[in-house]
Amino acid sequence: MLKRVHFPRSALPYLLVAPQILITLVFFIWPASQAVYQSFLIEDAFGLSTEFVWFENFELLVDDEQYLQSFGRTIFFSAAVALLSMSAALVLAGFADRVVRGATAYRTLMIWPYAVAPVLAGALWVFMFNPTLGIFPFLLDMVGIDWNHYLNGTHAMMLVIFAAAWKQIAYNFLFYLAAMQSIPRSLIEAAAIDGAGPVRRFVDHIFPLISPTTFFLLVINAVYAFFDTFGIIHAVTQGGPANSTTILVYKVFNDGFVGLDLGGSAAQSVILMVLVIAMTVVQFRFIERKVEY
Amino acid sequence: MASITLKDLVKAYGDTEVLHHVEGEISDGEFIVVVGPSGCGKSTLLRMVAGLETVTSGTICIGDKVVNQLEPADRDIAMVFQNYALYPHMSVRENMAYGLKIRKISKDEIARRVEEAADILELRPYLERKPRQLSGGQRQRVAMGRAIVRNPQVFLFDEPLSNLDAKLRVQMRLEIRKLQQRLGVTSIYVTHDQVEAMTLGDRLMVLNGGYVEQFGTPIELYDRPATTFVAGFIGSPAMNFLPATVSAGMATLGNGARLANAGAANGAVTLGIRPEHLLQDDAGPVRVTVELVEQLGANSLLHGKLEGTDIEMVVSQPGHMSAAAGTVMGFVPANGALHLFHAETGKRIEP
Amino acid sequence: MVENRPVLNVITHLVLIIGIVIVALPIWITFVASTHDAVRMTQAPIPMLPGTHFWENFSQTLLGSGLSGTETAPVWRMLLNSLTMALMIALGKIAISLISAFAIVYFKFPFRMLFFWLIFVTLMLPVEVRILPTFEVVADLGMLNSYWGLSIPLIASATATFMFRQVFLTIPDEMLESARIDGAGPLRFFWDILIPLSRTNIAALFVILFIYGWNQYLWPLLITTDTDMTTIVMSIKQMLEAAEQSPQWNIIMMTALLAMLPPVFVVVAMQKLFVQGLTETDK
Repeated sequence: MLKRVHFPRSALPYLLVAPQILITLVFFIWPASQAVYQSFLIEDAFGLSTEFVWFENFELLVDDEQYLQSFGRTIFFSAAVALLSMSAALVLAGFADRVVRGATAYRTLMIWPYAVAPVLAGALWVFMFNPTLGIFPFLLDMVGIDWNHYLNGTHAMMLVIFAAAWKQIAYNFLFYLAAMQSIPRSLIEAAAIDGAGPVRRFVDHIFPLISPTTFFLLVINAVYAFFDTFGIIHAVTQGGPANSTTILVYKVFNDGFVGLDLGGSAAQSVILMVLVIAMTVVQFRFIERKVEY
Repeated sequence: MASITLKDLVKAYGDTEVLHHVEGEISDGEFIVVVGPSGCGKSTLLRMVAGLETVTSGTICIGDKVVNQLEPADRDIAMVFQNYALYPHMSVRENMAYGLKIRKISKDEIARRVEEAADILELRPYLERKPRQLSGGQRQRVAMGRAIVRNPQVFLFDEPLSNLDAKLRVQMRLEIRKLQQRLGVTSIYVTHDQVEAMTLGDRLMVLNGGYVEQFGTPIELYDRPATTFVAGFIGSPAMNFLPATVSAGMATLGNGARLANAGAANGAVTLGIRPEHLLQDDAGPVRVTVELVEQLGANSLLHGKLEGTDIEMVVSQPGHMSAAAGTVMGFVPANGALHLFHAETGKRIEP
Repeated sequence: MVENRPVLNVITHLVLIIGIVIVALPIWITFVASTHDAVRMTQAPIPMLPGTHFWENFSQTLLGSGLSGTETAPVWRMLLNSLTMALMIALGKIAISLISAFAIVYFKFPFRMLFFWLIFVTLMLPVEVRILPTFEVVADLGMLNSYWGLSIPLIASATATFMFRQVFLTIPDEMLESARIDGAGPLRFFWDILIPLSRTNIAALFVILFIYGWNQYLWPLLITTDTDMTTIVMSIKQMLEAAEQSPQWNIIMMTALLAMLPPVFVVVAMQKLFVQGLTETDK
């Protein structure tokens, strides 16, 4: 936490933390408290007067069918992205861990989607699935599937899940590979001498040993799917068709900036903040535990 | 060059006092070793002199100046750390020059001093290397060099040899002593190793639990230890302690054996005899049941128990010797070799 | 590898190659699309092998007007905007995190813990959850359509501060003690000892933060209305919208390629630092 010895007392440390604290206060704490304040207000239709209404905005949200659907959709979307991306990464890392020569080459080829902006990932996938031109609708057509994510909500959801999961494979792969490589060789060799084959070793030893990483990635992927995928949704579907891909962070933006429902959007912000704080706490609990061993 | 005076020095962390009223006068050019078991406060004492720890009460003077409030950099001291604390991103030359550079000493002067120190320490071929390219002994020398170039009034050493292997430690010990004699700089050296302490120091300060047990020359400490702690700490193998009662110059041990020349004490005492001061004599009053003999070549160490008791004893005899386990051997203490200590306080009772 | 089973080895490489194909396919298709002319890119199925119009598309995209029929800034201008924003964010985050971590680790001062928690809070409040009020603050400060508005609200960073704190804590205390005996004051110690000792960590963090800055989307979208301030990542969305009227996929995909090239290059070229940065910041 702190060094045994430190520099003598002076005004210097205050100057050193000042920029960071100032930015935090102006651009984080103040807007966040504004959001909390606004979430208690309702503005009339003409924007002429505002009324302090306590939790009415939240009550409206809880009764709002669309909001609840969006909530459920976000959870489904996050779970699907995490599951798809993590399992693909786990399999690839499991095999890459076996490779003696060329592991770095595989890694190099595997990690670059990390560098691609979510909105670009969306653009690439929307192009590949373009109903008239895209390569996948062309192939799907041959097996009798008529792909159109502009009209079909399920198709749209699948597409954003693919794009979001694809971008996250690199990240998950790196963490899984690092976790597997940190398992002592001797342990795996001992298992081999005990007669466990490669699959058995993976299931009985490697997977349990990397479970802290799995848990960590689960939280990280959930945060990613909740908040960082805005660009993908915005580029690919704009929440459509018929709100079928409107996840929470897209709805906050849409209700606030497009619908101009300030109170409602602020209430949604507050709910999202509570969610992030909960996730951060979980994440830190995990980190603390990791530090202990 | 300067003397150092420690006056009624106290260090406390919150309510816990870790150094209790330490007093000491160190004259100019003297080599003082502060020795004691880990946690006795010796490093804290050194760091207070360096200015890395604040002084709770009392004063530290270097020369005639009270330095309590001075920054380490303003105390005109140099320190050699246990892990050397070399700056890993700087070459040997830059490491040695850094303190001088900050003091805005001219480039030529810095170069001259660094090279002079490098010559003394035989570091010249390594000046452009980084610390990680050096061996343990060489790093140790660089740390010394960094202290030397500053030409300070005081050298402070914080267990500087404990990261070296045994052979190198003996060699570096000699080098440090020679260097200090050559430069004549007042030095305080902290160690937990009593052999290092005995061989290096002009005088030793023995610390235990934050108290100064004794402050004197190595021979004083060996011949007239002030407490049972000092008696047990200085000398190897350690002194034997036997509970006894004294009356009229005669000491009676737990097993009834009687020893003459026990001095002026009266009543219950702790009797101390160094292993090397027991002479073999079949009729001797100190009778030991042998358990094991360690043959060291030049001498032999006999481990056993005072006959009829559970008191462990060690006897050192010159030359070779063998004895079967279970044999009882007699010994007589050499003349004037009995040390008497108060049974409860452990303080020395002068004969 | 523990045992040597040729069949398993073949399967291993096969799976990894399939994985790479899946991972690389979208990027391959983007590249291929950027090498054909506009007409070819309107005929299904789209080609899977590169064509011959790469340089033509490249120069039209980078130097020409870009997509015809839309009013956007030239692509080179957008690249420049992105670069400026990414550098300002990355360097700004590193600078303010370094000094605040330095203060928190090496000084003991009243309210130290309060500051620590204030910094921690930034971790919990991503832009996405406080869009409207943050926008209002930036608008009130007159920072819309400026590089300052693009970067400063994003440069507070709990993760970078924590990482540097971690790094500083692993530097032995004797470094500081030794420097103090050598006569180095706080700023001197910071500059001469701490910065050089943390330079690989700084470089690793730079890689991560550059990508973070370059890939910003929602924030620039909100606060820039002036086409001259558009970033390259933002422009993709506008092009996708335009594509619904007049599809020029060759130009769109060339722009996408240009938009992902700098961060991808940084990741691949500085792979070791990148991996280090990624694993350290999330520790």
